[in-house]
Amino acid sequence: MTTLEVADVEVYYGRVHALRKLSFTVGEGEIVCLLGNNGAGKSTTMNLLSGLVRPKSGRVTWDGMDLATAKPWDIVASGLIHVPEGRRIFSTMTVHENLLLGGYTVRDRRAVDERIERVYELMPRLAERRRQQGGTLSGGEQQMVAIGRAIVGGPKLLLLDEPSMGLAPLVVKQVMEIVAAINAQGTTVLLVEQNARAALKIAHRAYVVETGSTTLSGPAAELARDARVVEAYLGS
Amino acid sequence: MMQLIWNGIIVGSFYALVALGYSMVYGIIKLLNFAHGDIYMLGAFVGFFTLSSFGISNETSIPLLLVVLLLSMVTTGLIGVGIERIAYRPLRRSPRLAVLITAIGVSFTLEYGVRQIFGPNPEAFPIRLESSGFEVAGVRVTASQLVLVIIAAALMLVLAHIVERTRQGRAMRAIALDPQGAQLMGVNVDRVISTVFFIGSALAGAAGVMAGAYYGSIDFLMGFIIGLKAFTAAVIGGIGNLYGAMLGGLLLGLLESFGAAWFGGEWRDVFSFAFLILFLTFKPTGLLGARVVERM
Repeated sequence: MTTLEVADVEVYYGRVHALRKLSFTVGEGEIVCLLGNNGAGKSTTMNLLSGLVRPKSGRVTWDGMDLATAKPWDIVASGLIHVPEGRRIFSTMTVHENLLLGGYTVRDRRAVDERIERVYELMPRLAERRRQQGGTLSGGEQQMVAIGRAIVGGPKLLLLDEPSMGLAPLVVKQVMEIVAAINAQGTTVLLVEQNARAALKIAHRAYVVETGSTTLSGPAAELARDARVVEAYLGS
Repeated sequence: MMQLIWNGIIVGSFYALVALGYSMVYGIIKLLNFAHGDIYMLGAFVGFFTLSSFGISNETSIPLLLVVLLLSMVTTGLIGVGIERIAYRPLRRSPRLAVLITAIGVSFTLEYGVRQIFGPNPEAFPIRLESSGFEVAGVRVTASQLVLVIIAAALMLVLAHIVERTRQGRAMRAIALDPQGAQLMGVNVDRVISTVFFIGSALAGAAGVMAGAYYGSIDFLMGFIIGLKAFTAAVIGGIGNLYGAMLGGLLLGLLESFGAAWFGGEWRDVFSFAFLILFLTFKPTGLLGARVVERM
């Protein structure tokens, strides 16, 4: 069942035409991946979905909510949670405080505490470093905090923007395993990646984004064999 | 010597209260709110207006002072929220200079608005501090001075608790570090900014009432100099840093107290602003404003 629908969306930054008739859908329980190079419009798409960027025209709906007009905090409260590119950890706050902020919109404090415990079980490294300032963690640990923060918010749809950026291959593998585990527990995932190889391993479907539009789409396994994708994103 | 320290602590605690609002607003929206000193003036005038409407003058009751303090804090808090809504929020995405100039405009509006209503002459503040006191270690301390310092300390403790321990406080620190990142956590940035303006303005209002009682007279320009002093205190402590503002306020109070005693009262302001220049030149991050190195 389709839960997120983006249809014919146009986004401009001043005179720069960032998204051109962008369309794609994400179904409940899926991991969908957007592939594309720098500047293709992937992060703009993510910011569009979390209400930080507004479309000039087109339709963006999620679970009956109009994302083109909804306030960012209402979007988060509805369960659409965006883990931004570069992780954006609150650097002078502790790991624990970062996780608590992830539960900012959750009124039930017990639920927040339970989810934080779950995050610590899923990522024991964070439990060890709960009192440490976020900015002192390694890149991989920061990425875990960023994902953990999102889990505490109780996501129904998780947006992940370049979670593998700047991480060592082994750490990328760990992060992708965590993402697959979160999905297995029922959370829908929209993943934006330049690391196509890692992303296509866990995704169900994928879209290729080029200059602000989707040009190719299909099941991840098929795209991983598609000659055009192999040449442009997987290397030989 | 001890007397100079005590006097410095009293004045320093006023500076600290005003500097806190300055620093919090700067921390969260990177605006030097030049109208902040005038909120302090408004606090004093709200107290004056309330008391004189009841025909009270020359009173020394401390409970009454507390009631007026609370009333002024709520009023100036709401005024602060209103100012942000009307003058600063529409400019949230504008160049910083535009907001800065607006803040100066707000400052003039408040100053000359009050002048229109209450006139240009100083007014005697209806509550005064009794001068009878006791001696501790060679220092003359009056009960009401002690009350002022205790109130100031209590307000700062409450503030520190809010910022360090509560959900709203975490949201404030998050916005200060990364406003967009905070929005992605579901923080309603507008509401949190309003809260910061309320708290900052209420603290300045409290300082205004306390200063009215301490100095005995108030006038429509009394916020101008203290605004600059609070800015100095915030810079000395490290602008945007809460404990920096408290420390900077106290240090500035002490510096002035000693400076005035050694070089003469007319050098007081020269002394503080010379320190502002020194800090801006040699340690612009202030005493506690050091940055954490970020690893990627």
